[in-house]
Amino acid sequence: MRQDHLITATQLSRADIEAVLDRAAEIDADPGAVADRYREAVLALCFFEPSTRTKMSFETAIKRLGGATTDMGTVESSSVKKGESLADTVRVVEGYADALVLRHPSEGAAKMAAEFVDVPVINAGDGAGQHPSQTLLDLYTIRENVGLDDLSIGIMGDLKYGRTVHSLAEALTNFDVRQHFISPESLKLPRGVRFDLHNSGAQLREHTALEEVLPELDVLYVTRIQRERFPDETEYEQIAGEYQIDADTLELADDDLAVMHPLPRVDEIDPAVDSLSQATYFEQAHNGVPVRMALLDALLSEEEL
Amino acid sequence: MSDRELRVSKIRNGTVIDHVSGGQALNVLSILGIDGSAGLGVSVVMNVPSDRLGLKDVVKVEDRELSQSEVDVISLIAPEATINIIREFDVVEKNRVDRPETVIGLLSCPNRNCITNANEPVETKFDVVDEGVRCAYCGTIIREELATHIDPE
Repeated sequence: MRQDHLITATQLSRADIEAVLDRAAEIDADPGAVADRYREAVLALCFFEPSTRTKMSFETAIKRLGGATTDMGTVESSSVKKGESLADTVRVVEGYADALVLRHPSEGAAKMAAEFVDVPVINAGDGAGQHPSQTLLDLYTIRENVGLDDLSIGIMGDLKYGRTVHSLAEALTNFDVRQHFISPESLKLPRGVRFDLHNSGAQLREHTALEEVLPELDVLYVTRIQRERFPDETEYEQIAGEYQIDADTLELADDDLAVMHPLPRVDEIDPAVDSLSQATYFEQAHNGVPVRMALLDALLSEEEL
Repeated sequence: MSDRELRVSKIRNGTVIDHVSGGQALNVLSILGIDGSAGLGVSVVMNVPSDRLGLKDVVKVEDRELSQSEVDVISLIAPEATINIIREFDVVEKNRVDRPETVIGLLSCPNRNCITNANEPVETKFDVVDEGVRCAYCGTIIREELATHIDPE
Protein backbone atom coordinates (compact mmCIF):
# COMPACT_ATOMS: atom_id res chain seq x y z
CA MET A 1 0.00 0.00 0.00
CA ARG A 2 1.66 3.22 -1.12
CA GLN A 3 -0.19 5.49 1.27
CA ASP A 4 1.12 7.74 4.01
CA HIS A 5 -2.07 7.71 6.05
CA LEU A 6 -5.37 5.86 6.20
CA ILE A 7 -8.08 8.53 6.37
CA THR A 8 -11.01 7.40 4.21
CA ALA A 9 -12.04 4.27 2.36
CA THR A 10 -12.25 6.19 -0.91
CA GLN A 11 -8.46 6.49 -0.99
CA LEU A 12 -8.14 2.68 -1.19
CA SER A 13 -7.89 0.95 -4.55
CA ARG A 14 -8.75 -2.67 -5.07
CA ALA A 15 -5.03 -3.44 -5.19
CA ASP A 16 -4.44 -1.63 -1.86
CA ILE A 17 -7.25 -3.57 -0.22
CA GLU A 18 -6.17 -6.93 -1.60
CA ALA A 19 -2.58 -6.34 -0.53
CA VAL A 20 -3.66 -5.73 3.09
CA LEU A 21 -6.08 -8.66 3.11
CA ASP A 22 -3.48 -11.03 1.62
CA ARG A 23 -0.94 -9.90 4.18
CA ALA A 24 -3.51 -10.36 6.97
CA ALA A 25 -4.13 -13.92 5.80
CA GLU A 26 -0.38 -14.64 5.87
CA ILE A 27 -0.08 -13.19 9.35
CA ASP A 28 -3.18 -15.08 10.52
CA ALA A 29 -1.63 -18.34 9.28
CA ASP A 30 1.75 -17.72 10.94
CA PRO A 31 1.70 -14.88 13.49
CA GLY A 32 5.10 -15.93 14.89
CA ALA A 33 6.83 -14.90 11.65
CA VAL A 34 6.28 -11.21 12.37
CA ALA A 35 6.63 -11.28 16.14
CA ASP A 36 9.80 -9.18 16.18
CA ARG A 37 9.29 -7.17 13.03
CA TYR A 38 8.64 -3.83 14.72
CA ARG A 39 10.50 -4.22 17.99
CA GLU A 40 11.33 -0.54 18.28
CA ALA A 41 7.95 0.75 17.10
CA VAL A 42 5.59 2.76 19.27
CA LEU A 43 1.97 3.28 18.27
CA ALA A 44 0.16 6.29 19.76
CA LEU A 45 -3.47 5.78 20.69
CA CYS A 46 -5.41 9.05 20.70
CA PHE A 47 -9.02 8.22 21.46
CA PHE A 48 -11.19 11.25 22.08
CA GLU A 49 -14.23 8.97 22.22
CA PRO A 50 -14.72 5.64 24.00
CA SER A 51 -13.62 2.47 22.23
CA THR A 52 -13.17 -1.17 23.16
CA ARG A 53 -12.63 -3.22 20.02
CA THR A 54 -10.76 -0.72 17.87
CA LYS A 55 -8.41 0.43 20.59
CA MET A 56 -7.69 -3.00 22.04
CA SER A 57 -7.20 -4.64 18.66
CA PHE A 58 -4.72 -1.94 17.57
CA GLU A 59 -2.94 -2.41 20.88
CA THR A 60 -2.80 -6.17 20.44
CA ALA A 61 -1.74 -5.77 16.81
CA ILE A 62 1.31 -3.61 17.52
CA LYS A 63 2.29 -5.83 20.47
CA ARG A 64 2.14 -8.93 18.30
CA LEU A 65 4.44 -7.15 15.86
CA GLY A 66 6.90 -6.64 18.70
CA GLY A 67 6.05 -2.97 19.33
CA ALA A 68 4.46 -0.98 22.12
CA THR A 69 1.78 1.66 22.61
CA THR A 70 1.60 5.07 24.17
CA ASP A 71 -1.91 6.03 25.15
CA MET A 72 -3.35 9.52 25.53
CA GLY A 73 -5.90 8.11 27.96
CA THR A 74 -9.35 9.62 28.24
CA VAL A 75 -10.15 13.19 27.26
CA GLU A 76 -10.90 13.94 30.92
CA SER A 77 -7.37 12.98 31.96
CA SER A 78 -5.54 14.74 29.10
CA SER A 79 -4.59 18.27 28.06
CA VAL A 80 -7.65 18.37 25.83
CA LYS A 81 -9.53 19.07 29.03
CA LYS A 82 -7.41 22.23 29.35
CA GLY A 83 -8.53 23.39 25.92
CA GLU A 84 -5.65 22.13 23.77
CA SER A 85 -6.46 21.96 20.06
CA LEU A 86 -6.32 18.67 18.18
CA ALA A 87 -3.65 20.19 15.90
CA ASP A 88 -1.41 20.79 18.93
CA THR A 89 -2.12 17.43 20.53
CA VAL A 90 -1.13 15.45 17.44
CA ARG A 91 2.00 17.54 16.86
CA VAL A 92 3.12 16.76 20.40
CA VAL A 93 2.23 13.07 20.19
CA GLU A 94 4.05 12.52 16.89
CA GLY A 95 7.27 13.09 18.79
CA TYR A 96 6.50 10.06 20.95
CA ALA A 97 5.43 7.55 18.31
CA ASP A 98 5.98 6.07 14.86
CA ALA A 99 2.29 6.13 13.94
CA LEU A 100 -0.87 7.58 15.39
CA VAL A 101 -4.33 6.06 15.70
CA LEU A 102 -6.99 8.75 16.10
CA ARG A 103 -10.64 8.61 17.05
CA HIS A 104 -12.39 11.95 17.34
CA PRO A 105 -16.00 13.18 17.50
CA SER A 106 -15.61 15.69 14.62
CA GLU A 107 -15.90 14.74 10.96
CA GLY A 108 -12.67 15.48 9.11
CA ALA A 109 -10.53 15.30 12.28
CA ALA A 110 -8.18 12.63 10.95
CA LYS A 111 -7.70 14.43 7.65
CA MET A 112 -6.78 17.61 9.47
CA ALA A 113 -4.48 15.76 11.88
CA ALA A 114 -2.64 14.19 8.95
CA GLU A 115 -1.89 17.68 7.62
CA PHE A 116 -0.06 18.56 10.83
CA VAL A 117 2.15 15.50 11.33
CA ASP A 118 4.66 13.44 9.37
CA VAL A 119 4.01 10.05 10.98
CA PRO A 120 1.21 7.90 9.52
CA VAL A 121 -2.26 8.72 10.86
CA ILE A 122 -4.93 6.04 10.95
CA ASN A 123 -8.50 7.27 11.17
CA ALA A 124 -10.16 5.10 13.80
CA GLY A 125 -13.46 6.95 13.46
CA ASP A 126 -14.19 10.65 12.86
CA GLY A 127 -17.68 11.53 14.07
CA ALA A 128 -20.24 10.34 11.56
CA GLY A 129 -17.54 10.28 8.86
CA GLN A 130 -15.36 7.25 8.19
CA HIS A 131 -13.82 4.23 9.89
CA PRO A 132 -11.61 2.67 7.22
CA SER A 133 -9.63 0.20 9.35
CA GLN A 134 -12.94 -1.36 10.40
CA THR A 135 -13.73 -1.65 6.70
CA LEU A 136 -10.55 -3.62 6.04
CA LEU A 137 -11.49 -6.17 8.69
CA ASP A 138 -15.07 -6.24 7.39
CA LEU A 139 -13.79 -6.97 3.89
CA TYR A 140 -11.43 -9.62 5.23
CA THR A 141 -14.35 -11.31 7.00
CA ILE A 142 -16.52 -11.15 3.87
CA ARG A 143 -13.74 -12.55 1.73
CA GLU A 144 -13.08 -15.43 4.14
CA ASN A 145 -16.77 -16.33 4.29
CA VAL A 146 -18.32 -15.72 0.90
CA GLY A 147 -15.70 -14.12 -1.35
CA LEU A 148 -15.65 -10.53 -2.55
CA ASP A 149 -17.05 -10.73 -6.08
CA ASP A 150 -20.52 -11.48 -7.46
CA LEU A 151 -21.93 -10.67 -4.10
CA SER A 152 -25.18 -9.25 -2.71
CA ILE A 153 -24.81 -7.38 0.54
CA GLY A 154 -27.52 -5.80 2.67
CA ILE A 155 -26.36 -2.94 4.90
CA MET A 156 -28.99 -2.15 7.50
CA GLY A 157 -29.63 0.30 10.32
CA ASP A 158 -28.25 3.80 10.80
CA LEU A 159 -26.85 4.58 7.37
CA LYS A 160 -26.83 8.31 7.94
CA TYR A 161 -24.51 8.54 10.92
CA GLY A 162 -22.88 5.10 10.72
CA ARG A 163 -19.22 5.66 9.88
CA THR A 164 -18.54 1.95 9.42
CA VAL A 165 -21.32 1.93 6.81
CA HIS A 166 -19.89 4.91 4.90
CA SER A 167 -16.42 3.39 4.66
CA LEU A 168 -17.64 -0.10 3.83
CA ALA A 169 -20.02 1.07 1.09
CA GLU A 170 -17.29 3.14 -0.56
CA ALA A 171 -14.70 0.34 -0.40
CA LEU A 172 -17.15 -2.19 -1.84
CA THR A 173 -17.37 -0.18 -5.06
CA ASN A 174 -13.97 -1.70 -5.93
CA PHE A 175 -15.61 -5.11 -6.24
CA ASP A 176 -18.48 -6.68 -8.15
CA VAL A 177 -21.02 -6.16 -5.39
CA ARG A 178 -24.73 -5.33 -5.40
CA GLN A 179 -25.34 -3.09 -2.39
CA HIS A 180 -28.78 -2.96 -0.74
CA PHE A 181 -29.27 -0.24 1.85
CA ILE A 182 -32.03 -0.91 4.35
CA SER A 183 -33.02 1.83 6.77
CA PRO A 184 -35.83 4.07 7.98
CA GLU A 185 -36.40 7.14 5.76
CA SER A 186 -34.79 9.45 8.32
CA LEU A 187 -31.53 7.47 8.46
CA LYS A 188 -30.77 6.98 4.76
CA LEU A 189 -27.27 7.48 3.37
CA PRO A 190 -26.05 11.10 3.51
CA ARG A 191 -25.61 13.09 0.32
CA GLY A 192 -21.80 13.09 0.43
CA VAL A 193 -21.57 9.29 0.60
CA ARG A 194 -24.21 8.91 -2.10
CA PHE A 195 -22.13 11.27 -4.27
CA ASP A 196 -19.03 9.08 -3.89
CA LEU A 197 -20.99 5.89 -4.56
CA HIS A 198 -22.52 7.29 -7.74
CA ASN A 199 -19.13 8.56 -8.89
CA SER A 200 -17.70 5.08 -8.42
CA GLY A 201 -20.51 3.55 -10.45
CA ALA A 202 -21.86 1.57 -7.49
CA GLN A 203 -24.78 -0.78 -7.95
CA LEU A 204 -27.03 0.31 -5.11
CA ARG A 205 -30.67 -0.02 -4.14
CA GLU A 206 -32.47 1.38 -1.15
CA HIS A 207 -35.17 -0.31 0.89
CA THR A 208 -37.15 0.37 4.02
CA ALA A 209 -37.85 -3.30 4.84
CA LEU A 210 -35.36 -6.15 5.15
CA GLU A 211 -37.86 -8.75 3.93
CA GLU A 212 -37.74 -7.19 0.44
CA VAL A 213 -34.17 -8.38 -0.10
CA LEU A 214 -33.18 -10.84 2.61
CA PRO A 215 -33.57 -14.05 0.53
CA GLU A 216 -31.07 -12.87 -2.09
CA LEU A 217 -28.36 -11.68 0.29
CA ASP A 218 -24.94 -13.29 0.81
CA VAL A 219 -24.05 -10.84 3.61
CA LEU A 220 -26.25 -8.89 6.02
CA TYR A 221 -24.34 -6.10 7.76
CA VAL A 222 -26.35 -4.85 10.73
CA THR A 223 -25.65 -1.57 12.55
CA ARG A 224 -27.09 -0.03 15.66
CA ILE A 225 -29.80 2.60 15.52
CA GLN A 226 -29.05 4.97 18.35
CA ARG A 227 -31.66 6.37 20.68
CA GLU A 228 -30.27 9.90 20.47
CA ARG A 229 -31.05 10.11 16.74
CA PHE A 230 -34.76 10.35 17.49
CA PRO A 231 -36.70 13.18 19.07
CA ASP A 232 -38.81 10.91 21.24
CA GLU A 233 -38.61 7.52 22.86
CA THR A 234 -41.78 6.08 21.32
CA GLU A 235 -40.66 6.87 17.79
CA TYR A 236 -37.26 5.35 18.49
CA GLU A 237 -38.67 2.12 19.89
CA GLN A 238 -41.09 1.72 17.05
CA ILE A 239 -38.55 2.34 14.31
CA ALA A 240 -35.60 0.52 15.88
CA GLY A 241 -37.85 -2.50 16.42
CA GLU A 242 -38.35 -2.84 12.67
CA TYR A 243 -34.62 -3.25 12.11
CA GLN A 244 -33.88 -5.93 14.68
CA ILE A 245 -33.25 -9.50 13.67
CA ASP A 246 -33.85 -12.79 15.45
CA ALA A 247 -33.85 -16.46 14.52
CA ASP A 248 -37.33 -16.14 12.96
CA THR A 249 -36.21 -13.29 10.69
CA LEU A 250 -33.39 -15.47 9.38
CA GLU A 251 -35.72 -18.26 8.27
CA LEU A 252 -36.17 -16.28 5.08
CA ALA A 253 -32.41 -16.11 4.55
CA ASP A 254 -29.94 -18.34 2.76
CA ASP A 255 -28.19 -20.85 5.04
CA ASP A 256 -24.83 -19.47 3.89
CA LEU A 257 -25.72 -15.88 4.74
CA ALA A 258 -23.03 -14.14 6.82
CA VAL A 259 -24.60 -11.90 9.47
CA MET A 260 -22.10 -9.21 10.41
CA HIS A 261 -22.10 -6.31 12.88
CA PRO A 262 -19.28 -3.90 13.79
CA LEU A 263 -20.37 -4.23 17.47
CA PRO A 264 -21.25 -3.19 20.09
CA ARG A 265 -24.79 -4.43 19.60
CA VAL A 266 -27.56 -3.52 21.95
CA ASP A 267 -30.71 -5.30 20.87
CA GLU A 268 -30.55 -5.24 17.08
CA ILE A 269 -29.39 -8.88 16.93
CA ASP A 270 -31.14 -11.26 19.31
CA PRO A 271 -28.61 -13.38 21.30
CA ALA A 272 -30.41 -16.49 20.00
CA VAL A 273 -28.82 -15.74 16.60
CA ASP A 274 -25.33 -16.19 18.12
CA SER A 275 -25.54 -19.99 17.95
CA LEU A 276 -26.69 -20.06 14.30
CA SER A 277 -24.20 -20.84 11.54
CA GLN A 278 -24.93 -17.44 9.98
CA ALA A 279 -23.59 -15.46 12.96
CA THR A 280 -20.24 -14.03 11.86
CA TYR A 281 -19.85 -10.96 14.08
CA PHE A 282 -17.51 -12.38 16.73
CA GLU A 283 -15.24 -13.84 14.05
CA GLN A 284 -15.39 -10.39 12.45
CA ALA A 285 -14.25 -8.73 15.69
CA HIS A 286 -11.39 -11.23 16.09
CA ASN A 287 -10.20 -10.47 12.57
CA GLY A 288 -9.42 -6.96 13.79
CA VAL A 289 -6.03 -8.11 15.04
CA PRO A 290 -4.48 -9.77 11.95
CA VAL A 291 -5.96 -7.10 9.66
CA ARG A 292 -4.63 -4.25 11.80
CA MET A 293 -1.26 -6.02 12.00
CA ALA A 294 -1.22 -6.08 8.20
CA LEU A 295 -2.28 -2.43 8.03
CA LEU A 296 0.42 -1.35 10.49
CA ASP A 297 2.94 -3.41 8.56
CA ALA A 298 1.95 -1.61 5.35
CA LEU A 299 2.19 1.87 6.89
CA LEU A 300 5.26 1.31 9.09
CA SER A 301 7.32 -0.49 6.46
CA GLU A 302 7.47 2.82 4.58
CA GLU A 303 8.98 4.48 7.65
CA GLU A 304 12.51 4.31 8.92
CA LEU A 305 12.28 2.96 12.42
CA MET B 1 -26.07 53.23 -23.06
CA SER B 2 -25.43 56.93 -23.71
CA ASP B 3 -23.62 59.16 -21.24
CA ARG B 4 -26.95 60.75 -20.34
CA GLU B 5 -28.21 57.37 -19.21
CA LEU B 6 -25.10 56.33 -17.34
CA ARG B 7 -25.95 55.41 -13.79
CA VAL B 8 -22.31 55.24 -12.74
CA SER B 9 -19.47 57.01 -14.47
CA LYS B 10 -16.53 55.30 -16.09
CA ILE B 11 -13.56 54.54 -13.91
CA ARG B 12 -10.02 55.54 -14.75
CA ASN B 13 -8.14 52.53 -13.35
CA GLY B 14 -9.37 49.35 -11.76
CA THR B 15 -11.69 46.42 -12.42
CA VAL B 16 -15.23 46.27 -13.75
CA ILE B 17 -17.12 43.06 -13.05
CA ASP B 18 -19.97 42.94 -15.53
CA HIS B 19 -22.77 40.44 -16.21
CA VAL B 20 -23.15 39.49 -12.58
CA SER B 21 -26.44 37.64 -12.05
CA GLY B 22 -29.06 40.16 -10.90
CA GLY B 23 -29.05 40.68 -7.15
CA GLN B 24 -25.64 39.07 -6.51
CA ALA B 25 -23.43 42.18 -6.51
CA LEU B 26 -23.18 42.46 -2.75
CA ASN B 27 -22.28 38.79 -2.51
CA VAL B 28 -19.60 39.36 -5.12
CA LEU B 29 -18.12 42.12 -2.97
CA SER B 30 -18.35 39.88 0.04
CA ILE B 31 -16.49 37.09 -1.78
CA LEU B 32 -13.79 39.54 -2.79
CA GLY B 33 -13.53 40.77 0.78
CA ILE B 34 -14.33 44.32 -0.31
CA ASP B 35 -16.34 46.13 2.33
CA GLY B 36 -15.25 49.71 1.71
CA SER B 37 -12.93 49.84 4.69
CA ALA B 38 -9.78 49.83 2.52
CA GLY B 39 -10.74 53.17 1.01
CA LEU B 40 -11.16 51.89 -2.56
CA GLY B 41 -13.78 53.58 -4.73
CA VAL B 42 -16.54 51.02 -5.26
CA SER B 43 -19.66 51.43 -7.42
CA VAL B 44 -22.47 48.98 -7.54
CA VAL B 45 -25.32 48.87 -10.03
CA MET B 46 -28.02 46.33 -9.39
CA ASN B 47 -30.82 44.84 -11.44
CA VAL B 48 -30.34 46.72 -14.70
CA PRO B 49 -31.73 45.20 -17.90
CA SER B 50 -29.42 42.80 -19.75
CA ASP B 51 -30.04 41.05 -23.07
CA ARG B 52 -28.20 37.98 -21.88
CA LEU B 53 -29.24 37.73 -18.23
CA GLY B 54 -32.59 39.52 -18.01
CA LEU B 55 -31.35 41.52 -15.06
CA LYS B 56 -27.71 42.00 -14.24
CA ASP B 57 -25.50 43.70 -11.69
CA VAL B 58 -22.26 45.56 -12.33
CA VAL B 59 -19.48 46.15 -9.81
CA LYS B 60 -16.70 48.67 -10.35
CA VAL B 61 -13.65 48.68 -8.11
CA GLU B 62 -11.29 51.60 -8.57
CA ASP B 63 -7.51 51.39 -8.35
CA ARG B 64 -7.39 47.67 -7.89
CA GLU B 65 -6.78 45.07 -10.59
CA LEU B 66 -8.25 41.77 -9.50
CA SER B 67 -6.33 38.63 -10.41
CA GLN B 68 -7.91 35.70 -12.19
CA SER B 69 -7.64 33.49 -9.11
CA GLU B 70 -9.39 36.14 -7.03
CA VAL B 71 -12.27 36.43 -9.43
CA ASP B 72 -12.73 32.79 -10.38
CA VAL B 73 -14.50 32.12 -7.13
CA ILE B 74 -17.18 34.59 -8.25
CA SER B 75 -18.15 32.03 -10.89
CA LEU B 76 -19.81 29.99 -8.17
CA ILE B 77 -22.56 32.61 -7.78
CA ALA B 78 -22.20 34.53 -11.06
CA PRO B 79 -21.11 32.08 -13.77
CA GLU B 80 -21.64 34.56 -16.61
CA ALA B 81 -19.57 37.35 -15.07
CA THR B 82 -16.96 39.12 -17.18
CA ILE B 83 -13.92 40.84 -15.75
CA ASN B 84 -12.64 44.01 -17.39
CA ILE B 85 -9.32 45.48 -16.34
CA ILE B 86 -9.31 49.23 -16.93
CA ARG B 87 -6.26 51.46 -17.38
CA GLU B 88 -6.65 55.14 -18.26
CA PHE B 89 -10.35 54.60 -19.07
CA ASP B 90 -9.59 51.83 -21.58
CA VAL B 91 -10.38 48.15 -21.27
CA VAL B 92 -6.97 46.50 -21.48
CA GLU B 93 -8.06 43.00 -20.59
CA LYS B 94 -11.41 41.23 -20.72
CA ASN B 95 -11.88 37.77 -19.26
CA ARG B 96 -14.64 35.36 -18.34
CA VAL B 97 -14.59 33.70 -14.95
CA ASP B 98 -13.66 30.01 -14.77
CA ARG B 99 -14.86 27.58 -12.15
CA PRO B 100 -11.99 27.07 -9.70
CA GLU B 101 -11.01 23.57 -8.54
CA THR B 102 -11.04 24.52 -4.89
CA VAL B 103 -12.25 27.35 -2.70
CA ILE B 104 -10.07 27.97 0.34
CA GLY B 105 -10.93 30.04 3.40
CA LEU B 106 -14.04 31.62 1.94
CA LEU B 107 -17.00 29.47 2.90
CA SER B 108 -17.88 28.02 6.26
CA CYS B 109 -18.99 24.40 6.41
CA PRO B 110 -22.69 24.01 7.25
CA ASN B 111 -21.93 20.78 9.11
CA ARG B 112 -21.53 22.01 12.69
CA ASN B 113 -19.72 18.81 13.55
CA CYS B 114 -17.03 19.40 10.91
CA ILE B 115 -13.49 19.83 12.25
CA THR B 116 -13.29 23.21 10.47
CA ASN B 117 -15.93 24.49 12.91
CA ALA B 118 -14.03 23.29 15.98
CA ASN B 119 -11.64 26.18 16.67
CA GLU B 120 -8.73 24.38 15.06
CA PRO B 121 -6.01 26.31 13.19
CA VAL B 122 -7.27 25.20 9.78
CA GLU B 123 -8.86 27.05 6.87
CA THR B 124 -11.99 25.71 5.26
CA LYS B 125 -11.45 24.04 1.91
CA PHE B 126 -14.14 23.11 -0.59
CA ASP B 127 -13.68 21.15 -3.79
CA VAL B 128 -15.82 22.37 -6.67
CA VAL B 129 -17.91 19.47 -7.97
CA ASP B 130 -20.71 19.19 -10.52
CA GLU B 131 -23.40 19.50 -7.86
CA GLY B 132 -21.87 22.52 -6.11
CA VAL B 133 -19.01 22.54 -3.63
CA ARG B 134 -17.91 19.83 -1.22
CA CYS B 135 -16.07 20.20 2.09
CA ALA B 136 -12.66 18.57 1.70
CA TYR B 137 -12.69 17.63 5.39
CA CYS B 138 -16.14 16.20 6.15
CA GLY B 139 -17.57 15.66 2.66
CA THR B 140 -20.66 17.83 3.15
CA ILE B 141 -22.00 19.11 -0.17
CA ILE B 142 -23.44 22.62 -0.56
CA ARG B 143 -25.67 22.74 -3.60
CA GLU B 144 -27.71 25.90 -3.24
CA GLU B 145 -27.43 29.40 -1.84
CA LEU B 146 -23.68 29.31 -1.66
CA ALA B 147 -23.54 32.97 -0.72
CA THR B 148 -25.22 32.27 2.62
CA HIS B 149 -22.19 30.19 3.57
CA ILE B 150 -19.65 32.93 2.98
CA ASP B 151 -17.59 33.27 6.13
CA PRO B 152 -17.92 36.87 7.36
CA GLU B 153 -14.43 36.77 8.93
